Amino acid sequence: MDAIILQILNGLDKGSAYALIALGLTLIFGTLGVVNFAHGALFMIGAFCAVTLSRLISVSHKVEIPGEVDFLGNQATRDVPYIYSIFGETAGATIIDWAVPLSILLAIPVMILIGVIMERGLIKHFYKRPHADQILVTFGLAIVLQEIIKYFYGANPIPTPAPEAFIGSFDFGALIGFDPGTIIYPYWRLVYFAFAAVIIGAVFAFLQFTTFGMVVRAGMADRETVGLLGINIDKRFTIMFGLAAAVAGLAGVMYAPITSPNYHMGMDFLVLSFVVVVVGGMGSLPGAVLAGFLLGILESFASMREVLDILPGLNQIIIYLVAIVILLTRPRGLMGRKGVMED
Amino acid sequence: MFGLNKKDGSLLLLVVALVVFAPFLLNPFPESSGWAQFNAGYPDLMQRFVIFGIFAIGFNILFGLTGYLSFGHAAFLGVGSYAAMWMFKLFGMNVLPALALSVVTSGIFAILIGYVSLRRSGIYFSILTLAFAMMSYSLAYSVLATDMDGPDKQGLLQKGLTGGETGLQLTQSDPRIFGAQTTADGNIPVPSLFGLEMRSATELNVGDWVFTFSAGYYFSAVIMLLAFYLSIRIFRSPFGMVLRSIKSNQQRLNYTGMNPRPYMLAAFVISGMYAGLAGGLMAAMDPLAGPERMFWTASGEVVLMTILGGVGTLIGPVLGAGAIKYMENIISKINSDILHSWFAFLPDGLEDIVVTMIYPFIGKGWHLTLGIIFMLVVIFLPGGLVQGGQKLAAMVRRKKTDDTKTATTEPAE
Repeated sequence: MDAIILQILNGLDKGSAYALIALGLTLIFGTLGVVNFAHGALFMIGAFCAVTLSRLISVSHKVEIPGEVDFLGNQATRDVPYIYSIFGETAGATIIDWAVPLSILLAIPVMILIGVIMERGLIKHFYKRPHADQILVTFGLAIVLQEIIKYFYGANPIPTPAPEAFIGSFDFGALIGFDPGTIIYPYWRLVYFAFAAVIIGAVFAFLQFTTFGMVVRAGMADRETVGLLGINIDKRFTIMFGLAAAVAGLAGVMYAPITSPNYHMGMDFLVLSFVVVVVGGMGSLPGAVLAGFLLGILESFASMREVLDILPGLNQIIIYLVAIVILLTRPRGLMGRKGVMED
Repeated sequence: MFGLNKKDGSLLLLVVALVVFAPFLLNPFPESSGWAQFNAGYPDLMQRFVIFGIFAIGFNILFGLTGYLSFGHAAFLGVGSYAAMWMFKLFGMNVLPALALSVVTSGIFAILIGYVSLRRSGIYFSILTLAFAMMSYSLAYSVLATDMDGPDKQGLLQKGLTGGETGLQLTQSDPRIFGAQTTADGNIPVPSLFGLEMRSATELNVGDWVFTFSAGYYFSAVIMLLAFYLSIRIFRSPFGMVLRSIKSNQQRLNYTGMNPRPYMLAAFVISGMYAGLAGGLMAAMDPLAGPERMFWTASGEVVLMTILGGVGTLIGPVLGAGAIKYMENIISKINSDILHSWFAFLPDGLEDIVVTMIYPFIGKGWHLTLGIIFMLVVIFLPGGLVQGGQKLAAMVRRKKTDDTKTATTEPAE
């Protein structure tokens, strides 16, 4: 029992990332009908927002330490971040420590801006072109974005630690009545899951309970009619694209402490997220979220030692295997709508 | 000629001429000049041109004719490489049986994957092929690389079927039933065609130029020409017409009473066999096969090649393969010192500015250039370089014959 709970917990953080990326992909697909291969790059850019902010706020100047010399006999100095002189030493240190969560504030405007520019500048011209062309051009864009990041940040992963308060693990098992030490779970992963749940809830609430969301849903169902009613649906869809980019970016920001960001992390996630979208059902938002968590948890179950002893390597292929089975038995995916991508 | 019409015949002749004289054509700069680094006429790179040419020609038979975008074609390349390596290990170093096994194995693989994947179309097909390729990659990387050899750990399978991360390599203890286990001086033998070693080459010095003629290159080139000829025949055959009709209107094809499924599967398998052939040739030129050949970036690369050159055209994929491999091997070597020497004629400040502006796009940043060119091609030139060439040619022709109003351009072929 405790092993099962542990695997479910392990699957949650990866599942959250899949679900967030797949949610953004589905938003774009459902509104604009565009297959966005550059979505993984947006996730990656989000992670690099965290890297950028933590570098920006730790920009330092040298301060002489009175009365100390280094081994060459020169005046000893130490680096003091500028932010100390603005907020004072304790507050400054706290801000630097909390760089990753603070990056959310940076990532939201940046990602929306990138999303809107992408849609207006490039994707707009591809609505009428075949899906293959959309895949190809966004694939090219993903390469370009990836290489730009590589040019500025180098090819090596950049460790971006979580705030000190969340480093370490806690005993989840003891909390729900198992023996202490059986279910250990890192704090940050729990934070990531909670964060993902909030974002997903917010997106659904936005679509469900606001007028804007209502119009967008109407546009997803029948774009032409909404346009005939005198509503500028294109503008709203552009905003949705920005929103989807922001969701991917936020998923990336918070994922930075889990894996050190590198320039190709987006592509690694994208391939899996596409599989997630297809399993969940093209164009279905709940499907994307459900399939994201489901596949994340399945993957962590498949990497249990007991399973690997019987079927070695299953953890590597389980997601693809599930995708193949689903596509062949339920062509629309778990919760796919009728009439989406059925040409 | 050979059952081709006049236009295709001359295209084939042109390609033959280009391939035969490639060692000269790709080496236009004298060795001592500063431009010598742009020479692409060395065997290793020329082999890559033709091998990836074969890969892209095969991919084009599937994507160009039927419009099904496979994102997992590299799986067949990898399978072909592994098959050829096992032939080298078990039976001997002759390349012909190795290539035959590569083609057959990848063909069988393609039947299995194609049978399942072709049940869906559009993006689902792309994802399914991608999933299969990534599965093959993961399996080759991990499970198939575990020891299957029992306790003594000395036999053939001590690194599994695929050798895992380090890849499958030849060793001196391989049986090689029909060939020597080791050469006279105790080394691992190299792949050969009835004794003609693939890496043997002769050099020709003309003045300041050095031209290298390698057996491996000409062997691959002959196979590439055969593959190219076959693809022309497929494009022009009734079978090719059916494939085109699948791309333009599958529903209508159904209504005429044709079942497109077997045709699709045939196209998929042929295209997979081309990829397997290319993989086998890669192993024949450099006896090593690793799982990274199956990674999805490798599949993406062949998509890039085909689109860049011109999808659905005969010569396009070969051009695209050449262009990308040239960039990968030549442009990527330019560093900032070389750039500075080029722009040395500019005033100092301006020189620095120009070099800083260009630097991100060359050398290690060549992928960026590739991505930008690729996007521009997809946006403005869906027919790739071939269409670009035709447009240029049409513009020139229009200037010459201004009074003839009907300047008709041939459809992209």
